[in-house]
Amino acid sequence: MRGIPTIEVEKRLTTPRWLQFLAPFISLILALLAIGIIFQALGVDPIFAYGKIFQGAFGSIYGLSETVVKSIPLMLTGVGLSLAFRARFWNIGAEGQLLVGATCATGLALAYPDWPKLVLLPMMFIVGFLGGALWGLIPALLKARWRVNEVITSLMMVYIASNLVNHLVYGPWKGPEEMGFPYTSKFSDAAQLPRLAWTRIHYPTLILAFLLAVVIYILIKQTKLGYEIRVTGENPAAARYAGMSYLKTVVLVMILSGGLAGLAGVGEVAGIHFRLRYPGGISPGYGFTAIIVAWLARLNPLGAVLTSFLLGGLLVGGDAIQISLGLPSATIFLFNGMILLFVLGGDLFTCYRIRVKRRMTN
Amino acid sequence: MVQFILLALRAAIPAGTPLLFGTLGEVYTERSGVLNLGVEGLMIMGSVTAFGVAYTTGNVWLAVLMAALAGGLLALLHAFASITLKVNQVVSGLAITMIGLGVSGIMGKQYIGKPLGVGFAALEIPILSDLPILGSLLFQFDPLVYISILLVPALWFVLYRTRWGLSLRSVGENPATADTLGVNIVVVRYLAVFFGGLLAGMGGAYLSVVYAPSWIEGMTAGVGWIVIALTIFAMWDPLRALLGAYLFGGVRVLQYRLQPLGISPNLLAMLPFIFTILVLMASAGEVMRKRIGAPAALMQPYSRE
Amino acid sequence: MKRFPGVLANDCVDFEARPGEIHALLGENGAGKTTLMKILYGIYQPDEGDILIRGSQVSIQSPREAIELGIGMVHQHFMLVPTHTVSENIVLGLRGKFFFPEQAARQRIKEFSDKYNLIVDPEARIWQLSAGEQQRVEIIKALYRGAQILILDEPTSMLTPGEVEDLFVIVRRMADEGNTIIFITHKLDEVMAVSDRVTVLRQGRVEATLKTTDTNKRDLARLMVGREVLFRIEKEGVQAGDEVLRIEDVHALNDKGLPAIKGVSLAVAQGEIVGIAGVAGNGQRELVETLVGLRPIEGGRILVKGQEVTGWPPRAMIEQGVYYVPGERLTGLVPEMSVAENFILKTYRDQRFGNGPFLDAQEIDKHAEELISEYGVITPSRDTPLKLLSGGNIQRVMLARETSGEPALLIAAHPTSGLDVGAIEYIWQLLLAERERGAAVLLVSEDLDEVFTLSDRIAVMFEGEFMGVVSANDADLEEIGLMMAGVYRRPEQEVLA
Repeated sequence: MRGIPTIEVEKRLTTPRWLQFLAPFISLILALLAIGIIFQALGVDPIFAYGKIFQGAFGSIYGLSETVVKSIPLMLTGVGLSLAFRARFWNIGAEGQLLVGATCATGLALAYPDWPKLVLLPMMFIVGFLGGALWGLIPALLKARWRVNEVITSLMMVYIASNLVNHLVYGPWKGPEEMGFPYTSKFSDAAQLPRLAWTRIHYPTLILAFLLAVVIYILIKQTKLGYEIRVTGENPAAARYAGMSYLKTVVLVMILSGGLAGLAGVGEVAGIHFRLRYPGGISPGYGFTAIIVAWLARLNPLGAVLTSFLLGGLLVGGDAIQISLGLPSATIFLFNGMILLFVLGGDLFTCYRIRVKRRMTN
Repeated sequence: MVQFILLALRAAIPAGTPLLFGTLGEVYTERSGVLNLGVEGLMIMGSVTAFGVAYTTGNVWLAVLMAALAGGLLALLHAFASITLKVNQVVSGLAITMIGLGVSGIMGKQYIGKPLGVGFAALEIPILSDLPILGSLLFQFDPLVYISILLVPALWFVLYRTRWGLSLRSVGENPATADTLGVNIVVVRYLAVFFGGLLAGMGGAYLSVVYAPSWIEGMTAGVGWIVIALTIFAMWDPLRALLGAYLFGGVRVLQYRLQPLGISPNLLAMLPFIFTILVLMASAGEVMRKRIGAPAALMQPYSRE
Repeated sequence: MKRFPGVLANDCVDFEARPGEIHALLGENGAGKTTLMKILYGIYQPDEGDILIRGSQVSIQSPREAIELGIGMVHQHFMLVPTHTVSENIVLGLRGKFFFPEQAARQRIKEFSDKYNLIVDPEARIWQLSAGEQQRVEIIKALYRGAQILILDEPTSMLTPGEVEDLFVIVRRMADEGNTIIFITHKLDEVMAVSDRVTVLRQGRVEATLKTTDTNKRDLARLMVGREVLFRIEKEGVQAGDEVLRIEDVHALNDKGLPAIKGVSLAVAQGEIVGIAGVAGNGQRELVETLVGLRPIEGGRILVKGQEVTGWPPRAMIEQGVYYVPGERLTGLVPEMSVAENFILKTYRDQRFGNGPFLDAQEIDKHAEELISEYGVITPSRDTPLKLLSGGNIQRVMLARETSGEPALLIAAHPTSGLDVGAIEYIWQLLLAERERGAAVLLVSEDLDEVFTLSDRIAVMFEGEFMGVVSANDADLEEIGLMMAGVYRRPEQEVLA
C-alpha cells in the first residue's frame, strides 16, 4: 500500500551553530524579498526603492549621521529589552518608559535651567533613568505579586504615559513663546547635550549606550544576577527550586529595562529636540521598534548594538523614500512588521525542522 | 444640562461604534485562547480598503464587505503564525499591527485629501425617530451603528446559548478537555481569529466611511489598542462590551468638551487604561478569575502532547 | 463481554470482563494497568493480540472509536472545564441541538441521576463541586455518550471516605443494570469491598484472575508485590549517628487545596537511608516538597539538625544542608543551559564561585571538570547544553551536584526511574556512599527493589499517612504490600528518638 505523504513539524534536537548565527540574516533577507513583492504589487519599483533606502541611510555622510542618531535610542532601549526578554518578561511598554524618562528629565531642565551643565545633564540622566525604572517597575510588581499579565499592563502604561505627556505639553508645561504648539520652552543651554560637529549625534548618549550595552552583556553572562535572570527565563520551576526569588529578579530586571528606556528618552529631549513635545514628536515608536532590535539580535546586548544601527538605517531610509518616492512615513512600519514576522519564523526554523513523512495506511 | 447629556450620548455612540466592532471581534478571538494584538493593523486595513472601494465604486456596502475581508485575511496571517506555527502570540500580533499600518499607508497615499462622495444615509427608525428631542438624537444613526448594536445580543446569544459558543469557550478555557471530546481546536481557533478580523475590518470601515469620512494616514490613532483594553474591561462579554465601547468612546469625544469645566482632557483619557489595569488586578485572585477572568488558556498554544 | 489478549510492554495479557460485573484491575505503578486500559480506550494501539467486544473483533484507533463501541473512561485527573456548568461539560463536543445545547441534556442527566444515584446539579459550575461530585459528572459524561463498558482509573484517589461509599453504591447499581465496570486500583480494601472479580497485574504480566470471593487481602497482596526473594547489594553496616531530620505531625495540602499529608512523623539519622515506599499519588511528592520549602505547611513541625525549619523557603533549606533530587527532573535542571551552569544551580552564591556580584568562570569550569570526571558523566564538553545528554547522564549531573555539596540531608525522589540497569546500579552506589559518609538520606520510590535494597528503615505511605515504619531487615514483603494497599497499619509508630 502506498503511504500518504504528510508534512510534519518536529523539534530539532540540536541547532547547528551556523544556522543559529545565520538565521537572523536569512530572515532579514527573506523579509526584504517579501516586502519587495508587496511593493511590486502596490506599484512601487522595489529595486529603486531599496536603492533609495540604502542611499539615504548609508550613502551620504548626512545619512550615516542620521542613522547613528536614530540608533541611539534604539540601542539603549533594545539592550534593556534584551535583558527583560531573557527573563521572559514581555516588556511591551518600553515606549512608555521612554516617554516618562523624557518627561522627568524635562521637568528637571525646566525647573533648574541655571544649574551648571556638568551638574544638570548628569542629573537629567539620573532622573530619567529613575522615571523609566519606576514606569517599568509597576508591571513587574503586578506580575510578581498578583500574577497580572505584563503584556497588557505594560501596554496600558504606554497610553497612560502618552496622555501624561500630552497633558503636560498642552497644559502646564506649554512654552509661552511657542504660539500654542504642544512644546515646552526650549531648554537652557545647560540642558542641551553637545553634538558631534555639524551632525545631530549627541555623542555622550551614544557613548553611554555603548558602555551600557557592554555592561548589560557582562551582567548577563558573568554575574550572579545574570545567571538568575537566565534561569528564571529558561525554567521558572528550576529557579524556584534553587531558591531564586521571582519578585527580586523581575523587579531588578525591569528597573534596568525601564531605566534604559528612560535614558533613551532623556537623550531625545536633551540631545535632539531640546524640549518636550507631543509623544509622536519625541519617539516615532522607538520603544516598539526596539523589540525588533532585541529579537533580531537574539537577545544579545552586543548584537543589539549592531541591529540598532540596522534598524536606525531603515528608519532613515524610510524617510528618504518618503521624499523621493512619495511613500508615506507608515512604510517603515511595513518594514518593521515584516522583519519581525520573518525573524519569528526564522526562530522557528532553528527550533524545528520540516519533515515529509509517509504515513502507511492499512 | 440635560441637553448636554443627550448631546454627549449622541456623540458617544458613533465614537464608540468602531470600538464596539473591534471589541466584539477580539472578545471572540480571545475566548478561543488566542491573543491578537494586531487589532490596530486590522482596523486600519479595513479603513483604507473601505475608503478605496467606496471611492472607486461608489458602493458603500461593498466597501464595508471588502473591509471586513481585508481584516479577516490579515488576521488569518496571525492565526497561521500563532496556531499552526505556534510562535509567540504577542510578537506576532505586534508584527501584524505594523504590517497593517504600513500596507494601509502605502495603499492609502492616493486617497489623502480626497473627499468621499458617498456615504450611508441616516436610517430613521420608524416611530421612534419621531419622538421629540430623543428622536432626532438617538434614533437617526447610520445603519452600521444599528448593525453593531444588534450584533451584541446576537453574539452574546451565540456565545452562551449555542453549541458553537460552548465549543469556543471550552477551547479557550481547557483545550485538552475539549480535544478529548472531539472538538477541533485548530479549526475553532482559526475561525475565531478570522471572525475577529472581519469585525475589526468593519470597525475600521466605519471610521473612514462614516465617522471621518476621509482617509488619513494612521487614522485609527490607537483605536485598536483601546479595543484590546476594552476586551479586558468588558471581561470578555459582549454585553459589557457595548457598555464599555460607548463609555470609552464617550470619553474620547468628550475629552475636549469638558475642558472648559477644568477637567484636563488627557487625564480623562487615561482613565480607561487605568481601569483596565484595575480590572486585571481584581480578576487575578483564583475565585475572581473563575467568575470574571480571562479564558484560562489565553496565549497558550495547544499541542496534543 | 470483552476479551483482550495483547502484548503489553513486555508480556501477553489476557483479560476478560463480563456484563453486569465489576472487575478490578489491581497492581502497583508500572504494572501495566493503565497501559492496558489506554489500549482499550484507543489512546494506544496493541502491538499484538486482539480485542473482542461482544464477540466481534475490533480495532480501536482513537477515543472516538472507543466511545462508539460503548467504552467510556473516567480518568484519574478529571477532564472538565472548571468555569462551565455540569450540563455544559456533559454535552461538549456532541452533535445535537444547536440552540441551548445543554437544555436537551437536562432530561437525560436526570434519568441517569435517578437510575444510578449520580446526584448532581446540572446548573452548578464545576469549580464549585467537590471531587466526588466532579467524578459523578465524568461518569454521566461517559454514560451520556452511550458507554456500557466503563473504565475507572484510580477513582477513589481524590475522594473522601463518604464519597467512596457513594461511588460503590453507584457502581454496583450500574453493574446490576448490565453494564461492565473495570476498576483500576492499588487499594485492596476497595477490591474486596466492591469487585466481583479481580485481575492482578505485575510487571506487565497477569498474575491471576480470581473471583473476589475466592481470595483474600493477604493473597492479593502477595500476588501484587510478588517476588519472595529480593536482590540485595551488600551494604556495610553503618552506625547511625545523630538525628538529622525530624518531622512531627506534619499536615499539608495538595495543589487542589485538599489534604495531602495528614499528620506524618518521622526521624532520619546520620548514616541511615529511610525509604518511603508507596504507590505514587499518596502524598509522597507533597511531603518532599514541604521538606525543601516548595510547599507550605498547614500544621506540625520540621527540624533539621535540631533547628526548627518549619515553613522556611527553599534557599534557607539549601543553606541548612538539605539537598533534593526531584522526581520530575526538569524541576531541578535547566536543559537549555550547559552542564557546567547546571552544576552551580544551587551553589552559585558561594564565595568560591565568585566574589561579590561576579561569577568566576574559571572556577566554575574547574568545578564542572571535577564533577564530570569524578562522577563519570559522559558529555562532549562541560559547555554542552544539558538537554543533549542521555537520561542517565542527566541524572548523573543532578546527583553529582546534589551529593558533591556534602549535604546533611539528601532527599532523592524516584532517582532511577526510566534509567538502564547500569545507571541504576551506579546511582545506588552513590546513595550508599552518601550514607557511609554520614549523610541522612530520605529515599522516595515506587520501586520496591530499590527501597528494599537501599533502605535501613522503610516507611510506607498511603493516603497521606505512614502506615508503618519498619526496619528493613525485619520487613516482611507481604506486610509492606498490605500497607501499600492501605489494608494494614502497624500498631505502634516507631519514630527513632
